[in-house]
Amino acid sequence: MTPRRRRMVAVIGGLVCLAAAAALVLTAFEQNMLYFYTPTQIASGEAPEGRRLRVGGLVERGSVRRLSGALEVRFDVTDLDRSVTVAYAGVLPDLFREGQGVVAHGWLGADGLFEADEVLARHDENYMPPEVAEMLEEKGHPPDASLR
Amino acid sequence: MQDRTLGLISMIPEIGQISLALALCLAAALAVFPLAGAHAGNVRWMEAGRPCALGMLAFVALAFAMLAVSFLRHDFSVQYVALHSNLKLPAMYRFAAIWGAHEGSLVLWQLILSSWTAAVALASRSLPPTLRARVLGVLGLISIGFLLFILLTSNPFLRLFPAAADGADLNPLLQDPALAIHPPLLYMGYVGLAVPFAFAIAALLGGRLDRRWARWTRPWTTAAWMFLTVGIALGSWWAYYELGWGGWWFWDPVENASFMPWLAGTALIHTLAVTERRGLFGNTTLLLAIAAFGLSLLGTFLVRSGVLVSVHAFASDPARGLFILVFLAIVMGGALLLYAFRNVAANPQTGFKLVSRESALLVNTVLLSAATVLVLFGTLYPLALDALDMGKISVGPPYFNLVFILPMLPLLLVVGAGMHASWKATNTAAWGRKLRVPAAVAILGVIVLTAAAYGFAGILTGIGMLAGLWVIAAALRDPVAWLLRRGPRPGRSAWGMQLAHCGLGVTTLGIVVVSAWGVETDRRLALGENLEVSGYEFQLERIEEVEGPNYQAAQGVVRVSRNGRPVTTLYPQKRVYEVQQSPMTEAGIDAGWRHDLFVALGEPLGEEAWSVRVQVKPLVRFIWLGALIMGLGGLLAISDRRYRMASPKEDES
Repeated sequence: MTPRRRRMVAVIGGLVCLAAAAALVLTAFEQNMLYFYTPTQIASGEAPEGRRLRVGGLVERGSVRRLSGALEVRFDVTDLDRSVTVAYAGVLPDLFREGQGVVAHGWLGADGLFEADEVLARHDENYMPPEVAEMLEEKGHPPDASLR
Repeated sequence: MQDRTLGLISMIPEIGQISLALALCLAAALAVFPLAGAHAGNVRWMEAGRPCALGMLAFVALAFAMLAVSFLRHDFSVQYVALHSNLKLPAMYRFAAIWGAHEGSLVLWQLILSSWTAAVALASRSLPPTLRARVLGVLGLISIGFLLFILLTSNPFLRLFPAAADGADLNPLLQDPALAIHPPLLYMGYVGLAVPFAFAIAALLGGRLDRRWARWTRPWTTAAWMFLTVGIALGSWWAYYELGWGGWWFWDPVENASFMPWLAGTALIHTLAVTERRGLFGNTTLLLAIAAFGLSLLGTFLVRSGVLVSVHAFASDPARGLFILVFLAIVMGGALLLYAFRNVAANPQTGFKLVSRESALLVNTVLLSAATVLVLFGTLYPLALDALDMGKISVGPPYFNLVFILPMLPLLLVVGAGMHASWKATNTAAWGRKLRVPAAVAILGVIVLTAAAYGFAGILTGIGMLAGLWVIAAALRDPVAWLLRRGPRPGRSAWGMQLAHCGLGVTTLGIVVVSAWGVETDRRLALGENLEVSGYEFQLERIEEVEGPNYQAAQGVVRVSRNGRPVTTLYPQKRVYEVQQSPMTEAGIDAGWRHDLFVALGEPLGEEAWSVRVQVKPLVRFIWLGALIMGLGGLLAISDRRYRMASPKEDES
């Protein structure tokens, strides 16, 4: 090969690698984007099934239930209009409490049950997940009461 | 006399605030006189830099001391103290509480910036006076920004009237020794990057960038990088045992905020090496110096403004977020404009061949920059989308894992080989001979580890282990050859480089092994019940009540055994801190070289059962050990005596 042709091959090879890497990155990005949905959006069928998503709201008072001695727990997450039932089998965060804001990651089942694989409260008892705070505000329920 | 002392004591917060104001005046003087003097050629103005820098440090230190005294004396008439301390808080955490929240951590930030500035002022006698003046002036400008930020938006000495009877206590998560020293170390790194930034701006202002400039800049950059490395590792370790999750890296935006400057800083110390040794890559070095400090400012903005959790948390304190954003825009805008209009890089006399150390370092720079950009994209994209009201998304860890591994795997392979390449052009035959043994060791190591210890877990894991062992073996090749008296004794800076790379390999190995073979599971565990995880039996023997200085805890007694033989007993706790009444998980961890055994208590499930999180994490300690070795390597490199020589000759290499 002449040096010139060799250079051409190198450049083309580099571009192909770059394109492959870019495609890989974009796919990974697309697949790992987690959209946030409110309980109302889920209740009205806006959220897709079979795709990982986030749902957030307040844990409805008196809704936390589990069979005595079982790991799996169910609770209702509400935006004060509608609510969605979340099922979770794992260790709940320290600051998980009824009436507090939480965000759950997981899948929405066909029966409307949200199967969570991760439940987040936050490090600080005064903290309200921002999506939840804003959602409540938009609905005309300022979250201050439970904030501080 | 008595009265006067009392009066002074009651004025401690005011003394602190006045000190900050005086520090601001000195920062202004530090910014104006040396820069103007360097511009006009006025030597006496340029010489004003040193006393201004030392004076600024003195006043900031006084302010910091006054805040410390307020905390130690339980002065709850100071709002910041009342919000973050408590009569029952142990003295050590009262001191650490200074940087436990926003206002005080900024004072610490400024204290560290002033210390770096004073260190530059004292250690720069051998520098040309104009360069020294410009570096100090730029550092003064940065100090003005941060002191204004403290005084205008985040005053830690704000009085509370009437004074509180008792404080609201420090967040229990922060009541931990590792977290007490984590922010100071991290800030040393963050803020330390201001020094190479100042050197870069000084070079741009002076219109001259040569090999001596790189030699002067190198030790400062390495020092900052070293602190950043250890600080990040400490934060990861803290998250591992204190957050109760047992993960060691979450790609949390706050973590990314500290990691991006590290990536850019790592690229910077490597291009600086090329600039010093060969006079090449000058423009890249300048750009990386600007980017590294820019990213650490961006990190500050992200963490401080509350923009991270949501763009709308911005509204809770718009002044702070806006201030840093404007500051960031001024600093970066100014620096990049200067960079665009000044052409300072020396003309390289010579190029380099394809197989050479320069090539390897070029690849290194490209890959590290790519990793930085991809992490930055994943961190900022959700914020941008939210700001534009286009939906709320978050980007999951798998994205970051992929975009990080993609450039890192090839990088690790290049690191091992590049270390042994010569400058300019490499004799490929000799190079291959040098790499034979490390390559063989790495391949053998992977086979042995897979067959004897862990089993096969996929091609990618194999390649990852190979990469880690390859870097370790390549890094240790020269030191081992010297020990066997078959090679020359490496110099301090070569030792440092090899040690740091060895640490990188150790961290890599830890990450790969714990990712592939680590087990974590959430289970229910009744009293007396046995749970088998990775060949270990975990038995919850009993739950007992324990009382700490300012908390009460339910403590589990978990007996761990293997094949019927007892291994260890773990005591995970669920603490409730009295003041804030918030529960906190304290994991029970049996740390070891081979693996960590980790148990965290969840909550009582009824019928004498608890939810527990059980983990077995092989080689997880290697992750932090490797980072410590990297830091040690940096320390060794700085101690090379050529950095301390009065005036290094231009052509020496």
